Amino acid sequence: MSNTVSASKEALDYYRPWPWDRRPKITWPNNARIAFWVAPNIEVYELNPPANAFRTPWPYPFPAVPGYSIRDYGNRVGHMRQMRVLDKYGVRGSISLSSALIDHHPEIIELCRERNWEFFSHGIYNTRYTYGLSEAQEKALIQDSIDSIRKATGEAPVGYLAPALSHSELTVDLWAEAGGTYTCDLFHDDQPTPVKVRSGKPFVSIPYSLELNDTIAYVVNKIEPRRYGQMIKDAFDRLYAEGAESGTVMCIPTHNYQVSTPHRLKAFEEALEYITGHPDVWVTTGREIADHYLKHHYAAAQASIETLNNATHRSAR
Amino acid sequence: MAWTTPAATGPLDYPNRRYGHDHDRYAWSMLTDRPPLSWPQGRGLALFVVVPLQFFPLNPQGKPLKVPGNMVMPYPDLRHYTLRDYGNRVGIHRLLKALDAASVVPTFAVNTRLFEREPLLCEQIVGRGNEIMAHSWSMDTVHAGGLDEAAERELVQRSVGRLRELTGQPVRGWLSPGKLNSPNTPDLIAAAGIDYFCDWVNDELPYRWNTASGALWSMPLSTEISDTFVLVDNLHSEESWADQVCDAADLLHAEAAEQGGRILTLTLTPWLLGQPHRMKHLERVLSHVTGLGGVWSASGAQILDAAKPQIPAP
Repeated sequence: MSNTVSASKEALDYYRPWPWDRRPKITWPNNARIAFWVAPNIEVYELNPPANAFRTPWPYPFPAVPGYSIRDYGNRVGHMRQMRVLDKYGVRGSISLSSALIDHHPEIIELCRERNWEFFSHGIYNTRYTYGLSEAQEKALIQDSIDSIRKATGEAPVGYLAPALSHSELTVDLWAEAGGTYTCDLFHDDQPTPVKVRSGKPFVSIPYSLELNDTIAYVVNKIEPRRYGQMIKDAFDRLYAEGAESGTVMCIPTHNYQVSTPHRLKAFEEALEYITGHPDVWVTTGREIADHYLKHHYAAAQASIETLNNATHRSAR
Repeated sequence: MAWTTPAATGPLDYPNRRYGHDHDRYAWSMLTDRPPLSWPQGRGLALFVVVPLQFFPLNPQGKPLKVPGNMVMPYPDLRHYTLRDYGNRVGIHRLLKALDAASVVPTFAVNTRLFEREPLLCEQIVGRGNEIMAHSWSMDTVHAGGLDEAAERELVQRSVGRLRELTGQPVRGWLSPGKLNSPNTPDLIAAAGIDYFCDWVNDELPYRWNTASGALWSMPLSTEISDTFVLVDNLHSEESWADQVCDAADLLHAEAAEQGGRILTLTLTPWLLGQPHRMKHLERVLSHVTGLGGVWSASGAQILDAAKPQIPAP
């Protein structure tokens, strides 16, 4: 089934209500209060993408110079600049990768591999949407991206962020069935949460903040660079304080054509310096957070969610 | 010259998934993999300031499409026509005074129709001796997909040819209205003898393009710190625009000391930045940038000519 309106549902059923203040305590390695990760989106956009009935890739006829060229800038210029800053503050990126970049720009893949960065899947091109794909087609897209990343890096990815945040009702299920353990496509929480998937396997959502995503901040919300830097610090302060009670997660999703431009990098760098200057921060990757959570907290979380929701149902009767 | 970027036959067909870019117009290259550039007298940061001199017709045709800044009210849109004209009457002179005081060299990007209509302005600008680049015929002649190739060839030749007559300059640079291109724009401007264009924001240094008429160079010109993008599109304050430019200048200046020549590219629009309440912010920018030390204020062609011999042939 493609995602047609007639098949639409009133609400998502990936997860159940679970009050922030009634959860089992999360602990991170070395008693850190917060798990901090940076997710650089390293993307390829096509100059001549196929038409999609649900979403138009470019606002101008071929060649869409403004949109294509600034994204190309990200790979030609911005990547190296962002990587140097992440190196400086000891942050290993967790790359949200358009897997076609392995073919187009393998130099970037090699630089990230040398640094032991995590690669997770962001589809094949950011101009190829999930919208309108059949289940078999979406499954093929996902498998293609997994196979490409495994071949290039020696390891299959376990995390997924759907290309251009385009989803079907089955995206998360298909990712879990293809061997994935976590998704970045749900923005409902500041801690990892169990996600119910079709196969019933253990699977989690890892917080990936849209509010702190540089493209959302700069392009959608039109935030000034210095304010963006301040927003990151303010978010950290709150999550770090709350993390004294139970571990929190903070993610900065970036794009090499946004955060790495000369007028914006300083704000990002100052925020990284601030965050990594605190003692109880686990500077980590999406995969390490998912692994730790699945191993140490997933079972207790499931039990807590069951108990709280069943108690509610009993009292309602 | 074709773009060699065939269309996909379906959602899972990827005909351009290969090494390099998904077209053959320019070579894939990361900036840091290239030999470092140096600017004259060992200066690290070149300052490339483009001042557009634009004519927005009162009766735009909007074909194949309309770029921002054009008339939006029912005809006759006195409001936007005169506000754009303000730039060519008042704003430009205010900008030039500030640039001259800071010894910063502008490169003018001129809609040819403006100089045809306004000989006084033409004479004054030409008399300064700064480089003049082509900016098409007017802000209503948009080079975008849908523009017929023969019509665009005529438009390019008329814009460049007449501007050469009016200014007596070689006119080596090109800036498209709205930085849009049709599939044929790079070929047609190269055929008209243009050496460089500033439409593609995919790099911070000059690099080569392949066209049917041989080499064309792409010169960087940032949209993201242009006054129109920051003040009009993003609605940031003037103070924030100045902060952003100063932060960009600091970063590029520091990078130049370690990695080789960099270029700070500014677009200063007379009808926008030339308003009285914005001038002090421009003056802060000029004072900050020129105060960094080792800054080379130069025209587009001067920067390109300094870079070219240092860039290896393909």
